[in-house]
Amino acid sequence: MTAAAVPAASPASTGEQPGVRLARSRRNAELSLLLLAMVLVAAYAATVEANVLDTVTTDFWVPAATLGLVFLGLHLVIRWLAPFADPALLPAVALLNGIGVGFLRRYDLAQAAPEEREHLAIFAGTGGRQLAWTLGAVVLAAGLLAIMRDHRSLSRYAYTLGLAGIVLVMIPAVLPARFSEINNAKLWIRIGGFSIQPGEFAKLALLAFFAYYLVRKREVLSLASRRLLGVDFPRGRDLGPVLVVWLISLLVLVFEKDLGTSLLYFGMFVVTLYIATERVSWLLIGLVLFFGGAYLAYVLGSTVGGPFANFYLRAEIWLDPFGDPYDKGYQLVQGLLTLGSGGLFGAGPGGGQPTLLPEVQTDFIFAGIGEEIGLFGLSALLVVYLLIVERGLRAALAVRDSFGKLLAGGLAFTLGLQVFVIVGGISKLIPLTGQTTPFLSAGGSSLMANWLLIAVLLRVSDGARRPVAAGGPAARPAGGPPEQLHGAPTEVIRP
Amino acid sequence: MNAPLRRVGVVVMILFGLLFANLNWIQAYKADEYRNSDYNGRVQVAEYDRKRGNIEVGGTAYAISKDTGGKLRFLRTYPGGAEYAHVLGYQPVNGTSTGIERTENQFLAGTSDQLIGDRVKDMFTGNKTGGGNVLLTLSKRAQDTAFKQLRDNQVGATRGAAIAIDPRTGAVQALVSMPSFDPNPLVSHDTTAASKAYNKLEQDKDRPLANRALSEVLPPGSTFKVVMSAAALESGYTKQTRIPAGASWTPPTSGTPIKNAADSICPQDEVTLIQALTESCNTGYAQLGVKLGADKVKEKARQFGFEQDDLTVGQLGEGGLPVAASRTGEMTAPDGATDPAALAQSSIGQRDVRMTPLQGALIAASVANGGSQMRPYLVKQLLAPDRTTSYYTAKPRELRQPVSGQVAADLRDMMVSVVENGTGKSARIQGYTVGGKTGTAQSGPGTPDHGWFIGFALDRNGTPISAVCVELEQAGSGGSHEAARIAGKIMAAAIADSGGR
Repeated sequence: MTAAAVPAASPASTGEQPGVRLARSRRNAELSLLLLAMVLVAAYAATVEANVLDTVTTDFWVPAATLGLVFLGLHLVIRWLAPFADPALLPAVALLNGIGVGFLRRYDLAQAAPEEREHLAIFAGTGGRQLAWTLGAVVLAAGLLAIMRDHRSLSRYAYTLGLAGIVLVMIPAVLPARFSEINNAKLWIRIGGFSIQPGEFAKLALLAFFAYYLVRKREVLSLASRRLLGVDFPRGRDLGPVLVVWLISLLVLVFEKDLGTSLLYFGMFVVTLYIATERVSWLLIGLVLFFGGAYLAYVLGSTVGGPFANFYLRAEIWLDPFGDPYDKGYQLVQGLLTLGSGGLFGAGPGGGQPTLLPEVQTDFIFAGIGEEIGLFGLSALLVVYLLIVERGLRAALAVRDSFGKLLAGGLAFTLGLQVFVIVGGISKLIPLTGQTTPFLSAGGSSLMANWLLIAVLLRVSDGARRPVAAGGPAARPAGGPPEQLHGAPTEVIRP
Repeated sequence: MNAPLRRVGVVVMILFGLLFANLNWIQAYKADEYRNSDYNGRVQVAEYDRKRGNIEVGGTAYAISKDTGGKLRFLRTYPGGAEYAHVLGYQPVNGTSTGIERTENQFLAGTSDQLIGDRVKDMFTGNKTGGGNVLLTLSKRAQDTAFKQLRDNQVGATRGAAIAIDPRTGAVQALVSMPSFDPNPLVSHDTTAASKAYNKLEQDKDRPLANRALSEVLPPGSTFKVVMSAAALESGYTKQTRIPAGASWTPPTSGTPIKNAADSICPQDEVTLIQALTESCNTGYAQLGVKLGADKVKEKARQFGFEQDDLTVGQLGEGGLPVAASRTGEMTAPDGATDPAALAQSSIGQRDVRMTPLQGALIAASVANGGSQMRPYLVKQLLAPDRTTSYYTAKPRELRQPVSGQVAADLRDMMVSVVENGTGKSARIQGYTVGGKTGTAQSGPGTPDHGWFIGFALDRNGTPISAVCVELEQAGSGGSHEAARIAGKIMAAAIADSGGR
């Protein structure tokens, strides 16, 4: 999976036709957008200081500039390794990441004693740590771009990735609670003072496997069927893998006490299945299975209790958070009050009270930010997320191979679904679950995994937009494992 | 695969559309509700950033804010402790405030519309002017006496209440509920300690947090005979009208005889009305009630203020501490007709008759004030943060006129007779004319009786100075005698504070 395997994508060969590429690569647009994003992040930091410290320190711009340098580095790597990648992805993600770092620093300021605030070190606290994680995550993303010169090379490791994904999902479930449980959800691996959330990485690995598996099986899954009530339903024996994933996600729900992750895996799988087969029946089966399973868990939780009790409790809180506003419903109630206090325009960056909201640096960061930038600001953030997702789907539409379509489409949808699950959770649209808010929440695992996801999207979009003459994936006879994909039927672009 | 990909794009847009719609619901539609929710700590952080105004009694501040420099800047402290707790209430960091702290919150916090001028001035000067000050009608001496006398009562009662009002204006001179509590731990900025303190009080079976003077209703016993006497006087009876009495009387439909508290009380067949009240003759009043009829008894009680469920004591305009409704209860048999047994028992303040201590004081005050019942109030004045401007000064107003001046004068003579010759002797005050009525009410099978006293004090010119009600819950034998003694002490203190001897 290096340049040797896919020679056409090597830097040497991409440097051959600068004229064509410069006209269409849009790298300069990416650079300008990136600068704009960093100016916004710096302005945010200045406003925070003006509100919290009553003055703007002379080095308010340092975090924004540091981030800017890190992202500029990635921009240069993209120029070099993926020159035709989508120009909107990096600036959009950089803006979210920058706002996240800015808000975490703002939270550090709120936590510090009033007299220490002005001298709070830039690289200290949650904000400083997030800055360091960003550097790590961006380096990882750049590394992935360097190693994976063609997204199809991923399919070579599909089974390895699939196995790794399942292992990563299962580890926290089988580990004793003291190694895996934080805030009542068993989603972690904790060693010493260090903890990672393997599920964040598992979703990438699993998706690569799903994409590969479905490309191989799509014909049988989409053709062999029985018709019932005007909808084509798959044969019983083809349901096997779906049921396995369904069971795994229910096991996650029960043993890791986490509805969000479970919903994420299952949604991810069903949607890639739907994209691969173009069969609505899979969506219907998926929805019925998931909601049926969730309802069953709810009923079992209220009667049997045991491993289902946690889910039942969360559902009860969701139905009536103000029923127990000081204990069980405390977090959600405070999240709603924080959002409500922000109102339409917010209290201004630095003008809110984030210390009143538990978990504001992780699960509830969207509410914490929402108090300060209001409905208008949050709507803008949602649009940025939507932009990233739709750009990912666009790359999926444009890329020529089935594996790439499934991979990019699945990843883009997963990102959107994760935003929906956590933002919907804190705003009481759906039961609250402990998901991270991509690119905003404090924490290295989530940041790294999501930057890797972006790197894959960048890679696929590069493959999609690369002119055929310049050596696009579809034009080259791919050697080695991607050859397996030749068995897949050629995609017919429908009007 | 492109068609499903496009559809997935639409699905994501729908999901985000739902998020957007839901955020609109929370941040636009529900924003005000959430922003001002009792559970929202921001309200307090903002409030605590501004110095809250004082609540003062007779020139001394009993609720003040101290600068701590913490996240919540000002700490509320109550130097008066338990003595003023039920009137002042408290303003906790979490949870709901009570008392004057609650009802006058906007003025104390400085967010009231009346203080808009100060806020505008602050915007230009950059200062943070504190909230306004609330001056109460309480008499320091009367409050002090009521609190200490109730606490140290000689019959060992653990629960009770006392309230004194100025009959001419309705101004509350003293308001005490026993047992009381120290409000200071409840307003601690250490919210864990505060809620621990609160839970302890909340779980106390004596319910120290309840304001018994305004919200506890108990059978009034013989104090209700004042209402009965008013009904009789308005139906053509005079003080000297002889009414049927006797050692025991059994109502027509019931086998349970009504007796007097002692054999020495009205054993003769007939006594005068004034004598019946003076001795607290149960058989006399039971028969009187049956003769007058339920409608007249209920109507008279209603004219004195029974059945009113929306009275508040605070400012004379709107708001204030809520007062529970006093009730005469049902006096009908299952067939809908009046049940003479129920009516007879109700006539001596038993059965389903229930009264708040405030209602008792209002009855006494109406009698002392020539039949005019003034609306009770606690807030005398609202002073600007700089103490120069007054935003509100109480203008006393009549609440209702339960009896005519003539009937009031007769009732006054009868109640004075109770204190001078009858059961209320322990309420006497040297140099003043004191009238009143004791009450001993059965609290239930096997539990001690409640002791009551309602009364008033007039100066030499017949001007009423104070009307009072003291109630000792399950005080047992001697309860009403002790209640009368405490009432006398409270009225004497009120007299002393109003310039009397």
